[in-house]
Amino acid sequence: MVRTLLWILAAVLLGGIVHLSTVLAMPQAAKQDAYSRLAPLTQVNTMVPLAATKAGAEIMPFMDPAFAAAVCRYDLSGGPLKLIAPVSQAYTSVTFYTRRSVAFYAINDRAAGRRTIELDLMTAAQHAQVPEDEEVTAADRLIIESPTAMGLIVLRALAPEPGLMPMARQALAAATCRI
Amino acid sequence: MRLLFGSCFTLLIAAALGLGATWLTLTRGVAFGALTIGAWKAWPKSGSADIDPYARAMVARTGELPTGMGDGVAFYARTDDVGNGFDGRCTFSISGMTPTARYWTVTLYTPEGRLVANTIDRHGFTSEEIVRDNDGRFSITVAPLARSGNWLPTGGIEQFVLVWRLYDTAIGVATRTAKEGPMPTVERKGC
Repeated sequence: MVRTLLWILAAVLLGGIVHLSTVLAMPQAAKQDAYSRLAPLTQVNTMVPLAATKAGAEIMPFMDPAFAAAVCRYDLSGGPLKLIAPVSQAYTSVTFYTRRSVAFYAINDRAAGRRTIELDLMTAAQHAQVPEDEEVTAADRLIIESPTAMGLIVLRALAPEPGLMPMARQALAAATCRI
Repeated sequence: MRLLFGSCFTLLIAAALGLGATWLTLTRGVAFGALTIGAWKAWPKSGSADIDPYARAMVARTGELPTGMGDGVAFYARTDDVGNGFDGRCTFSISGMTPTARYWTVTLYTPEGRLVANTIDRHGFTSEEIVRDNDGRFSITVAPLARSGNWLPTGGIEQFVLVWRLYDTAIGVATRTAKEGPMPTVERKGC
């Protein structure tokens, strides 16, 4: 009797370990995550506008159809990345995701405070190499540290009414990201 | 012999328990630290580097990109205020006020996060295009058949999800109560 109970206890403990390790391994094992879905549609270190979110043609689940979006799939192994995005009339935001879809930084046009959003994206090691005086003189230069060398930058511009969608798409078309 | 039987039994139970728990938590959407206001639930931390392991696994499995914390916050509703599940063959009314935000959008999805095709190409509303009363309040009718005013078509699907996204808002991790963020009421009107 006691022996059976011990076996069951061992099973429950082991089950807990299996559960936790599968949850933790899921981001690495997932084949259909956002990065994998966007990889065939985008080029590395290039800003690519995404097709409009339409019923039956969604690239990712739960996308906001009121927004035009553009994606820069980055790889910082060649050096820091410079992102320049003109602000649309209504609302523009930039969100940075790691290779595993973790949104590590997001900023909107008002927080950026200018007509164009200008950001430098680099790894911690590249940031350490930026000369200190350069960082001070370029006070208006916003430096974002990426926890991973690869990831996604998603630029979103709101079309407050469906008729304003071409304007939102046009604002995104002028955005660039390059090494 | 007994040892062999015992360990096989233990390993089998462990695998079933562990994988079963993972499958349940990831498909049912168990995530911690939800901010609940009426029928609406948001996970502001999922839009930051502090995202918990369950939300991280769920996002990787579904392939979505969570709304970043500096961008806005997304509230999900799957039922009305008293817990009736969203059925696309019924009529629901959404009315009242929203928390302060520069813009908001409300969108209707299938439970998997896809849009529902309809003839008028209407999948949601933005704060700019919605028709309001004189006092600034609004009312949206979510129904399978056309209605006057702000009609959001369900396409008659069995289950749907509403997502209310607030952009450039103070609502987030620090929000605790509904007083700070009055979300619209959701009511079933008939089936």
